[in-house]
Amino acid sequence: MTEISMTVNGKAVKADVPDNTLLVEYIREHLRLTGTHVGCDTSQCGACVVHVDGKAMKSCTMLAASADGADVTTIEGIADGGLHPMQTAFKENHGLQCGFCTPGMIMTATDMVKRYQADGKELTEDAIRHELEGNICRCTGYHNIVKAITDGASKMTNA
Amino acid sequence: MYETKYHKASSVADAVSLIGESDDGKLLSGGQTLLPTMKARLAAPSDLVDISGIANMHGIKVSGSTVTIGAATTHAEVARNADLQAACGSVACLAAGIGDAAVRHLGTIGGSVANNDPAADYPAALLALGATITTNTREIAAGDFFVGLFETALSDDEVIVSVSFDAPSKAAYAKFPNPASRYAMVGVFAAQTANGARVAVTGAGSDGVYRQSDMEAALDSDWAASALAGVQVGSEGLLSDMHADAVYRANLVKVMAGRAVAGCA
Ligand SMILES: Cc1cc2nc3c(=O)[nH]c(=O)nc-3n(C[C@H](O)[C@H](O)[C@H](O)COP(=O)(O)OP(=O)(O)OC[C@H]3O[C@@H](n4cnc5c(N)ncnc54)[C@H](O)[C@@H]3O)c2cc1C
Ligand code: FES
Ligand code: FES
Repeated sequence: MTEISMTVNGKAVKADVPDNTLLVEYIREHLRLTGTHVGCDTSQCGACVVHVDGKAMKSCTMLAASADGADVTTIEGIADGGLHPMQTAFKENHGLQCGFCTPGMIMTATDMVKRYQADGKELTEDAIRHELEGNICRCTGYHNIVKAITDGASKMTNA
Repeated sequence: MYETKYHKASSVADAVSLIGESDDGKLLSGGQTLLPTMKARLAAPSDLVDISGIANMHGIKVSGSTVTIGAATTHAEVARNADLQAACGSVACLAAGIGDAAVRHLGTIGGSVANNDPAADYPAALLALGATITTNTREIAAGDFFVGLFETALSDDEVIVSVSFDAPSKAAYAKFPNPASRYAMVGVFAAQTANGARVAVTGAGSDGVYRQSDMEAALDSDWAASALAGVQVGSEGLLSDMHADAVYRANLVKVMAGRAVAGCA
């Protein structure tokens, strides 16, 4: 067992977990934050993406022990009051069908918007499609997800 | 995942002693290869020694024409480093094409090189650039380091601390990604180095990364994509799998080499 402490969605949390606990297991099963999903066993689908110290990471491919001391944000922690602008954009652009991939899509989307803004680069449709390489959606065919991210990016810039 | 004991190493010396004391321990860097392997129960290390927090294994230094990259530097850090982009943009660009954004935020150059996946990207760059792999005990030339499929010259419990190379006058990497995994189906790194033209191929060889010496000779006499037209790439010794057979890969080697040379800056 290893004692870990971290900040999740702004709240300090602490636990004693088996050393082989994945970060996603800690988030879902210990903290009961079930918005973060698990869609595969092979680190390929991106349903589990959260932000660790401000960067998008696959919480199924990281140990909880490695996140000791980190600042973690999950889908439950992005909205400030109502919906986050990216969540609004997914809703308005019909960027989801079953919704299983959506938490990972949104965490990936807000990460890419922040990175492109920091670098002063334009987030083109091509760039969005390339940036979504690690997120799989079985329903939408991606078209409306790309539209939603384009819209969400401008909403985040004007927010 | 089987049970394991987690340790966080504070220095290279600490990592070496932790791994030495363990039964059947493994170093954990970005975990983007090791953790999926453990989840699939294809690896069951008794101990994991996390080296990702060791400060002097991070960062990129460009001094004169020599580039040194700490082994725990992530793919994302390599891709965005301004000094590296100026000195050797091809390596930054290669890193930007590894996996996806989330994998690049955790995966490291040391882990990639130590793993020596036959479809990994970095081995092509390091072999073409004649890089030096520095460990806790010695320096190993890239040409001696990559031994075979998932096999390197590293001995048990040896820790890669950094990799270094001389910035080439021109270089580029052209990758044909597997549409599902994004690993290289074939990737070619072409470089004009102080020792002449270098062409290294990943994704294709059944012994892992290798140099295509007939292409190097052709480029030494004429550095142009057209100089490769006369080089025949045979399919012997190339990988065949459900994604691409050896004949198709042989053709891709030629196409990707042409694109790499044409794209050289
Ligand atoms: C979805 C996905 C897509 C990917 N796509 C690509 C791709 O397109 N191209 C590509 O090249 N790779 C790809 N990868 C692999 C990725 O680049 C890994 O990050 C990399 O191969 C391993 O680096 P790591 O830091 O994660 O190492 P780890 O997983 O932590 O370790 C890998 C191995 O190296 C050993 N090791 C780690 N660090 C050291 C060290 N300093 N000294 C000695 N031994 C060490 C470990 O003990 C372990 O055996 C992909 C991975 C995923 C999950
Ligand atoms: S659950 Fe993490 S990538 Fe699929
Ligand atoms: S909306 Fe169903 S998987 Fe994407």
